[in-house]
Amino acid sequence: MDAVQLARLQFAFTIGFHILWPTFTIGVAWFVTWLSGLWWWTGKPVYRDLMRFWTRIFALGFGMGVVTGIVLSYEIGTNWSGFSRSVANVLGPLFMYEALTAFFLEAGFIGIVLFGEGRVSKATHFFSCLMVSSGAVFSATWIIASNSWMQTPAGAMLDADGIYHTVSWWDVIFTSSFPYRLAHMVCASFLTCSFVIGGVSAFHLWRGTYPAASRAAFSMAMWMALVLTPLQILIGDMQGRNTLVEQPTKLAAMEGLWETTKGPPMTVFAWPDMEAEKNLFAIDIPYLASLYLTHSLDGEVQGLKAVPREDRPYVPIVFFAFRIMAGIGVILLATAISGAVLRWRGRLYTTRWFQFLVMAVTPLGFLAVLAGWTTTEAGRQPWIIYGQLRTADAVAPVASGAVLTTLVILFLVYNLLLVTFFWFAGLVAWRGPVEGPLPSDPTRPGIDRSAPTLVGAQAGTLSPTPGE
Amino acid sequence: MELIHMFDTPVLFAAVAAFSVVVYVLADGFDLGVGILFLAAPREDDRDLMMASIEPVWDGNETWLVMGGTLLFAVFPAGYYVLLPAFYLPICFMLFALIFRGIAFGYRVQATSFRYLWDIAFAGGSILATLCQGLILGGLISGVPMQDGMFSGGPFSFFTLLGLLCGAGLLGGYGLLGAGWLIWKTDGPTQVFAREIAQAALILTAIMMLLVSAWSAYSVPEVASRWFAWPNILLLAPVPVVTAAIMLAVWRSIWQASEISVFLLSLLIFALGVVGLVVSLWPYVVPRQITIWDGLSDPMALWFVGIGVVIVMPIVLAYQAHAYWVFRGKTSHEDHYGAPVDHPAQPIVLAKGSPSISR
Repeated sequence: MDAVQLARLQFAFTIGFHILWPTFTIGVAWFVTWLSGLWWWTGKPVYRDLMRFWTRIFALGFGMGVVTGIVLSYEIGTNWSGFSRSVANVLGPLFMYEALTAFFLEAGFIGIVLFGEGRVSKATHFFSCLMVSSGAVFSATWIIASNSWMQTPAGAMLDADGIYHTVSWWDVIFTSSFPYRLAHMVCASFLTCSFVIGGVSAFHLWRGTYPAASRAAFSMAMWMALVLTPLQILIGDMQGRNTLVEQPTKLAAMEGLWETTKGPPMTVFAWPDMEAEKNLFAIDIPYLASLYLTHSLDGEVQGLKAVPREDRPYVPIVFFAFRIMAGIGVILLATAISGAVLRWRGRLYTTRWFQFLVMAVTPLGFLAVLAGWTTTEAGRQPWIIYGQLRTADAVAPVASGAVLTTLVILFLVYNLLLVTFFWFAGLVAWRGPVEGPLPSDPTRPGIDRSAPTLVGAQAGTLSPTPGE
Repeated sequence: MELIHMFDTPVLFAAVAAFSVVVYVLADGFDLGVGILFLAAPREDDRDLMMASIEPVWDGNETWLVMGGTLLFAVFPAGYYVLLPAFYLPICFMLFALIFRGIAFGYRVQATSFRYLWDIAFAGGSILATLCQGLILGGLISGVPMQDGMFSGGPFSFFTLLGLLCGAGLLGGYGLLGAGWLIWKTDGPTQVFAREIAQAALILTAIMMLLVSAWSAYSVPEVASRWFAWPNILLLAPVPVVTAAIMLAVWRSIWQASEISVFLLSLLIFALGVVGLVVSLWPYVVPRQITIWDGLSDPMALWFVGIGVVIVMPIVLAYQAHAYWVFRGKTSHEDHYGAPVDHPAQPIVLAKGSPSISR
């Protein structure tokens, strides 16, 4: 493998690993905010227990997001200096604004969200949750704006030295694909988290532990899933039609469409053969792609052959990644609708098979997010800035041995992190939304939770404990 | 350095970048320092308390590292796309170290049987990250090979003796900051430990600051001429003199009643260290290759960044200060990730009550 491929592999791996955590934390941060608000308004202990429970899980995921995100903000310089030299005037300020308006906001209030209960009022705690969850969305906004600019560049001029200069910040930030991408990603995060919250609650419903809290959370999760799954499919359709206009080659790869066709079929399954420029083993449904892409039976869709071979992405990856994402969407929709039917019949909390189903689909949202990002990122190759800068011209003058070394270490470290996260988050999830104070755990060394001297030192600040 | 340049745009943005670096070094400095001292602490209880003292704020501190990186990218892109590939390995290893250190906060308190592994991850991560920062600093002072506007060295050209010395100096300096923080934020045996280790950290800092200054003057002639040319030597002499005086003051205040003075004075030492660094490297983004005037980004980018810095950064500083205020006072064992937040409820009542009963 050459340096470009290694750098691409490293970036794909680190950003693919990272995106799991924002997906998880954006949604859960808003869930915690919602619970903190409910606890403040209603004073019902069930919301406090749920809030504390999900805050503990959120803390673990948030830490993972922070440490894997810092890697990315430096990797763009270390591995892609050709790219950063070219786009610094355009994307540099967007990244800086992400740090300034999002990371600081999250970091400034995360301490209060995690440890502040009892030190601050319920209203302040709610406000801090709101700041953290808003910061998470701001962060997504800046990053999606940057990514959208790379996909559908506008508002900047390229000079003879290969340097971009911003002409209009408005046009740079609000590119034509930005609104759809942002909505699709934020909705994906909420949807994924709905099924995570649903899955964990289903587990406790199945075990019969913490019935009140589990029912409340399960109900909220299933409502969210019912609203968001169709919404996400609608937004996805809108983004697809934007891609048809802005990035026709990517769309052709997603559909596995080689020839420019009027009224193209939907290819359910095929093996796209890059050499022969055709699909093998294809199963087609006539006119269907035309219907959902152009909303007519005889709309024209551009095929892959419209561009030279060297300007095409690697089609099988794009083709299958898109099908995985869309397939998961269908499964989640079916699950959400089943939940609604069961709720209508009054059996939402008692149907065993449905509890198993919701537990089983818990990880699917993450898979769909990975597949969706694979579709859009692999689909815009060989361009790093669509139609303007080739990925191969963007790498840094770094020895491939150094890139390979760090890639291997990253691979080992991240897998270790993942196992560790599953272990500890699994423990917390297993323990469940414990009601009221936890007893001291004598098997856990170190923290003597009732050491009176140390606690007494700050009893004054801690005394207005909520829930008492 | 002509006077006409003193207040123009590049200088102002260089000041903002320098400010971010200073805040990063001071803020993450003390929490890295707590990590550096971590394994030296004699008891499990000390380590719990040490970690709890920085848990609510470390993330905000480390965010300044991201801020510095993105600010460099936005304002002095040449610094970003030349220096980052030049320091590829130390930057990557610093990030690996920060990963282990960062997740140790969340997981250590949850761990039961393998807690010592998280102790090692936290302390080792802090030490490795600090060493890498030292190697980057030393490499920066020594200079970076460039050709056609890009980095042209190999993967190990960052490595210098100066970098090792800087690494040792930062270990001492961050350790001192960390000890100062612990003297302020903890009490009992943990505070005694912090006072003891502060002495060792101060000695290491002083020796290494001397060695780094001497070796960079000897090995980098441009730095020597900057400091020793007439009349610079007269104007700059106060920097080392004041630094030495403050070090003496730290030494004298380690065992004194004022619990915050070691921390404040060591912050001052670091600030002076940065002043010394600016003197040595001014006005370069990439030392002796690209100045801040040549490496500046577009006016369009600058005014956009400028608005954010002027309007948002004060707000950021205000709520970061607020976070420190919320967690003011001595740290207790109650402040932990994963520790159920409700448990203070009952013990607190007991703790408040019990002294009065005994009275």
